[in-house]
Formats: sequence, C-alpha cells, structure tokens
Amino acid sequence: MPSLKDLKNRISSVKSTRKITKAMQMVAAAKLRRAQEAAEMSRPYTERFNAVLGGLAAAAKDSPSAPRLLAGTGSDKVHLLVVMTAERGLCGGFNSSIVKLARTRADLLLAQGKTVKILTVGKKGREQLRRGYAEYLIGHVDLSAAKNIGYDNAHEIAKGILSRFDAGEFDVATIFFNRFQSVISQVPTAQQIIPASFEDTGASEGSTLYDYEPSEEAILADLLPRGAATQIFAALLENAASEQGARMSAMDNATRNAGEMIEKLTIEYNRSRQAVITNELIEIISGAEAL
Amino acid sequence: MAETMQFDLVSPERRLASVKASAVQIPGADGDMTAMPDHAPTITTLRPGLLTVSGPEGTAEYVVTGGFAEIGSGGTTVLAERAFAKGDLTQETFDALVAEARTAHAEATPDAVDAAAKVLADMVAVGSEIGLSAN
Repeated sequence: MPSLKDLKNRISSVKSTRKITKAMQMVAAAKLRRAQEAAEMSRPYTERFNAVLGGLAAAAKDSPSAPRLLAGTGSDKVHLLVVMTAERGLCGGFNSSIVKLARTRADLLLAQGKTVKILTVGKKGREQLRRGYAEYLIGHVDLSAAKNIGYDNAHEIAKGILSRFDAGEFDVATIFFNRFQSVISQVPTAQQIIPASFEDTGASEGSTLYDYEPSEEAILADLLPRGAATQIFAALLENAASEQGARMSAMDNATRNAGEMIEKLTIEYNRSRQAVITNELIEIISGAEAL
Repeated sequence: MAETMQFDLVSPERRLASVKASAVQIPGADGDMTAMPDHAPTITTLRPGLLTVSGPEGTAEYVVTGGFAEIGSGGTTVLAERAFAKGDLTQETFDALVAEARTAHAEATPDAVDAAAKVLADMVAVGSEIGLSAN
C-alpha cells in the first residue's frame, strides 16, 4: 500500500502529464488546420496537372519512343521504396503503419527474388527500418529543418530519385505515405511513381484535341519529371496532415487516460486518508477506554 | 468589354489568380502567345517570363519560372512551377532563382546544356524586363 505522500506525488505527476498532452493536442490541432489548408491549396494544381499529363501519357504510352519515365526500363528487377514518415514520434500508429506497409511490400518483393532498395524520408521511418532492413537502406532525406513543407522540398527529393533512375539504380519506384481521411483515420498508401501511372481521368478529358507547342513528345518529356515532384509533394502534404491528425487523436486519448488515472488515484488517496483518520480515532478511543 | 474567359494561375503551393480575363499573354517555350476567348485548345510549356493578364478588372502581371499552360474551351489554366505577382518578386528571390538556373546550367549533361542555357538566359531577361539585375 503506497503511502499518502506517494499517492500525492503520483497524482501531481499525472496531472502535469495531462497538461503536456493537452497542450500537444492543441498544437497538433492548429498545425493540422494549417496542413489541411496547404493540402487544399495544392489540390487545383495537382488535379489539373494529372489531368493533362494523364491525357498525354495515355496517348504516348503505346508509342515505341515513349520516355523511359513513362514506359519503364523494360524490367522490374530492382525496386526502390520511398518510405515517407514523420520526423517526430508521439503520433499514435502513424509511423508504424507506413513502415508496416513498406515492410510487407519489401518482404513480398524479396520473396519474388527482386532487389529492394529503400530510401527513407523522415527520421522515424529510418529508425524503424534500420532493424532488419538495414542492408537495403540506400539513402535518407532529412526534413527536420523544413518547418513547412514546400514544393522545393518535394523537388529536391524528386531530383534525387530521378538522378538515381537515370543512373540505372532501379526500375520501379513506389512511395509510401499516409493518405489523410479524417482526424481518426489515415490510410497507409503505396503509390507507384516511376514508371508513371495515372488514374483514369475519364473520357471527357481525352475528347478535347489539343494543339501542342513545342511538340507532344517534348511536353511529355518536360512534364514527366515534374509529375514525379508533384506526386511527391502531394504525398508529403497528405503525410503532414495525417501526422498532425494522428498526433491529435493520440494526444486526445492520452489526455483522457490521464484524466481517468487521476480520478482513480484521487479515490485511492481519499480512501487511504480516511483509513488513516479512522485508525487514529480508534487509537484515541481505545486509549481513553483503557484508562 | 469583349467577352471574357476564366483564367487560373496555380502553383503547387497555392492558387495565385482566378479571374475573368479577356486576353492572357503567355511566355511559351517557343515564343509568346496571347490567348483570348475561343482560342483553339492548346497546351504549351512555359519559359521563364512575364505573364500578362488583361481583363475587366485591369491588367495584372506575373513572373513565372516554368511549367505549362492549358488553353481549353473552359478557359485558360497556367500551371507554373513557381509564380510571383510582379511586385512581389524581390531582388533576393530573383537572385536565388538566377543562382539556381546557373547551377542547373553548370551541372547539366551535354545534351541538356542548351536547354539549361536557355532557361538561364530567359531568367536574366525577365529580370531586366522588370528592373531587377542579375549579378
């Protein structure tokens, strides 16, 4: 049975923990709103971009002169997994769920006899993947210096990936990130970026016949590298929003748990205080009776 | 005022403009072009240059560094990798842009060096056009 003083100390320590988690939750909520706004802002660009590029790509896909970024290298021996996670923890299952998806994919590819290379974005993913997958890690992108994710960050990552591709280091690149659905639900997603794949943009897009300047091929060759950057940027933004959402709900749970714990401890404290008082009274009374 | 069309200028980070325009002058990779309502559907890549939008609300100028423009039946959409309202582009930002183009030029592979040189020249040209010097 802990003493009264111990209980009091525990209550006050849980109370400070609750204050911290509460503050973190509110910070995450504010950051989430900003991240969501950023994701909202980028949507028009991404949508138009993918529509145009999708139309172009659909037309060029079958031609033998299609760029390698679109048609692929002709083999799928070497896979690059780009695992995007957060720089910080305390956000529930956010990082683990991405890593788990990447791990499953890596195991599957390895079982098929393919070569796997892993590029990590964000510290947490690298820490988790270093256990067991250390030999596949080929690089790491540190985003801890970037306070707000900008297009430049995505551009840098894309440039690194593309130069690896040009050097023939891999055949297929897939990015792993969490798609933001709501504060309580984020869906770990794998998206192939090289060779470029596009969701069907629908027949209405393809029905307009465009003039192309300079030429269709030149535009496609110009846009495909940007396409990779755009997809990475969109993924980074989704990830940022998901991270804050996950942190917010994790901290909300933590705050609630701390509250419950404080209640329980307070009851226990009151009970033992009563017991002490009762004991003292019994002692006094029995002492008086003995006289 | 003659009829107008929808004009959107978007960068990956935000939407810079969404207005009605009667004419949009676009710095296309193969030369400037002006899009007016009912222009034939066209997709063109951009070079660094000055984008001029004239409409009922007056004229606005933007500096774009690259990307592409889609002129369709619904209007004109410019997707610029980076875009600034002309007045917002500071000497500092411009210096960074020029420096970036220089690095790209210096690092370019032999078959891409011409394109990089053109980007650099265009970037410098934009600067002199809006009164910023590339040093």
